[in-house]
Amino acid sequence: MSTQASTAQPSYLVDTGARKGLLAWLTTTDHKRIGLLYLYSMITFFFVGVGIGFVMRLVQLTTFQKLITAQTYNALFTVHGVIMIFLFVVPGLPAIFGNFFLPILIGAKDVSFPRLNLASWYFFMAGAILAVLSLFTGGGAPDTGWTFYAPFSLKTGTNVSLAVFAAFVLGFSSMLTGINFITTIHRLRAPGMKFFRMPLMCWALYSTAWIQLLATPIVAITLLLVILERFFGIGIFDPSKGGDPLLYQHLFWIYSHPAVYIMILPAMGAISEIIPTFTKRPIFGYKAIAFSSMSIAGVGSLVWAHHMFTSGMSGMALMIFSLLTMVVAVPSAIKVFNWVSTLYKGSIDFEPPLLFALTFIFLFCIGGLTGVMQGALAINVHIHDTYFIVGHFHYVMFGGTGMALFAALLYWFPKMWGKMYSKKAIYVSWFPMFIGFNMLYFGMMILGMMGMPRRYYVHLPQFHTMHVVATVGSWLLVLGLIIFFATLLYGILKGPKAEDNPWGGVTLEWTIPSPPPLENFEVIPTITRGPYHFDQQEKA
Amino acid sequence: MDWMNQAAISAQKSDAVFFYVFGLSVAFLIFITALMIYFVVRYNKKRNPVASQIDGHVGLEIVWTTIPLVLFLSIFYYGWTNYEYMSQAPRDSMAVKVTARQWSWSFEYPNGKQSKVLFAPLGKPMKVEVRSADVVHGFFVPSFRLKIDAVPSRTNTTWFQATKVGSYDIECTVICGVDHSLMLSKVIVVPEEEFKAWYFGGEDAPEPGKAFRAAEAHPDLSGMPQGLAVLTSKGCLACHSVDGKPKVGPTLKALYGREEQILMAGAMKIIRVDDAYLRRAITSPSEQVVRGYPPAMPQTQLSDRELDEVVNYIKTLN
Repeated sequence: MSTQASTAQPSYLVDTGARKGLLAWLTTTDHKRIGLLYLYSMITFFFVGVGIGFVMRLVQLTTFQKLITAQTYNALFTVHGVIMIFLFVVPGLPAIFGNFFLPILIGAKDVSFPRLNLASWYFFMAGAILAVLSLFTGGGAPDTGWTFYAPFSLKTGTNVSLAVFAAFVLGFSSMLTGINFITTIHRLRAPGMKFFRMPLMCWALYSTAWIQLLATPIVAITLLLVILERFFGIGIFDPSKGGDPLLYQHLFWIYSHPAVYIMILPAMGAISEIIPTFTKRPIFGYKAIAFSSMSIAGVGSLVWAHHMFTSGMSGMALMIFSLLTMVVAVPSAIKVFNWVSTLYKGSIDFEPPLLFALTFIFLFCIGGLTGVMQGALAINVHIHDTYFIVGHFHYVMFGGTGMALFAALLYWFPKMWGKMYSKKAIYVSWFPMFIGFNMLYFGMMILGMMGMPRRYYVHLPQFHTMHVVATVGSWLLVLGLIIFFATLLYGILKGPKAEDNPWGGVTLEWTIPSPPPLENFEVIPTITRGPYHFDQQEKA
Repeated sequence: MDWMNQAAISAQKSDAVFFYVFGLSVAFLIFITALMIYFVVRYNKKRNPVASQIDGHVGLEIVWTTIPLVLFLSIFYYGWTNYEYMSQAPRDSMAVKVTARQWSWSFEYPNGKQSKVLFAPLGKPMKVEVRSADVVHGFFVPSFRLKIDAVPSRTNTTWFQATKVGSYDIECTVICGVDHSLMLSKVIVVPEEEFKAWYFGGEDAPEPGKAFRAAEAHPDLSGMPQGLAVLTSKGCLACHSVDGKPKVGPTLKALYGREEQILMAGAMKIIRVDDAYLRRAITSPSEQVVRGYPPAMPQTQLSDRELDEVVNYIKTLN
């Protein structure tokens, strides 16, 4: 693995084909450019979602209830959920960093099906545009919550059909990406890159891809049934026509719970890349982490009904799903122990990516532990469908996946753009982000324990104080996010040139120039050992 | 503290498990966080310039697989057994039928008495049989740690035994439309004698719990025109005003004789509001929806006499 700094190939950022500029980007089949297309579109959607969340917090101060009606508020939390889940958190890490780095990490020139990869992005954008259209057409923005529970979703006059169709189209993007990654990992590994020599990010993407491929069709069919039911009244879910509302909930969660693992597994993969680089030692328990990814993907597909503990399922079903929920918590705990042990006797370089990676561990632990609380039946009956669960899943989705995505962005930034950001400004952004995050989402969990139900336009007076705390937290959080992304944007435009290997990493992406050349490697490397060996580097 | 008020046995059962898991969680979080901070300081590259190349340790992996598994299983078991207790109503429970509809609650007791708030005797088990007249709702009493969904076409049951006299919030927890957050009611827990006096006291018996409910807005139906009393008790006024104010549904003021554009079998039609229209609009509301309003009105069971009273009352609003 020699350094190839003097490569003759141009950077992937330089237009080499017949088309130039925007057109070259929109027709690219290069996995790195597609990764960036996803990144730019998703960060845009993310900020739309953040803006909506910000407005929802203002509504809870009651000052703004003159401007925003109950119907609008119900549309806001539905759209916030749809955007954040389907356009940011689910596709986020695999589509951005999976696309950009999976081929590089296994020593390949691109994914197996580059054109299909571009098609996936177009499916993604088509779904996103349909979702936006659903806000302004038909009966107006959907007001059912992102879960579209029947029979309310069948009866409401709002434009549920188009929103649901948008999610259906987005599902195709997810499935096609899954197929692409599975094939790439099976077929395009460099010579000597055995499965157990792959970086852990690849293991995470591999487990994720299988969930994407196997679970997404179920939600696609479910959502189609909702559309058919709305147009033709076929009576699958509507009890007045002999259907069953619980059937909808089962079908919806059979996908949407595994989707939680689509969101978190690649995040865990990114963390498993970052920690060894900044401790300069191999990851603790490589195989334990790899297998825990696979077991999360497996057991995680058997726990969906823990979203339905109060729905009136049989006692036997409750018992089984509660038990399995506890079992799926174990592999996540294993990962946390292994990450923390990787810090032991390392030589720790406390750079921004590591700060965000450790923040991920802290926030993800809170998210995971509060998840265990909800898995316990006696507690679930109290906190289900309250602000507790809203706080909990923001700890997992935002504190977990979001922070990991930020950590990954900070980690791979110099490789992706060949530039460096201001580390100081990133440290500055961390404080308001971290404090605001905990005020907002821990505040929500306290509200939930107090008995504040979710999706409430107005709240009872006893909840007001904590609502104010949470809203002030949301201001700090947004401030932190703005500093964070402004710093990165400034880095892309005006940042100093980055070295090929600024962090001293040893996985394959650090052996090639920053930004990477068009076909990644001048010569496909031959792999002779596992991914995290720092001893050679020290001798040199 | 008021917000962790335990007002029923179920609250004690739920909180016991909560504090067990909470204690374990805090211990785990402090342990992991302290360890991370210690390692970051102790093994900083200035203090420890050369990293030890450690690949892992099978013994440790087994330890931290087994211990969490055992703890998680203990949480499962504790949560499950307490839930079994919380969900299985004793045989001597009084069964109350709870009906959820967009956006109100109603309660019916074994002897046929009905109420808009749930009256419950102190220290006696009460079984709640929850139904929905339209979409999915959630029946939630935070002070009892009690929640069960109201799912159309099903009857879901749970129970409680109140341990403190008082008034406790009932909230809907499943998004059910525009006034989801106003779908509130109360459980009024009173001493058994007071409950019995009301329960066996015939139609004129005073509602229990007056002492601590004075401040609450609970409409006194006596002295109202009969039609208005029906509209109030059936929850119609949640969406229809009688004074011209815009709400979710059209106002009833000056409605009689008014020309309305309605959507009927997919076609727009102009009709004049008369007795027959009003009756149809109440008994099968989804057939004729006034233009510009959501088709959200639930079917409400009214007797012929009640229908007459409502129609006559609406005529007086002109």
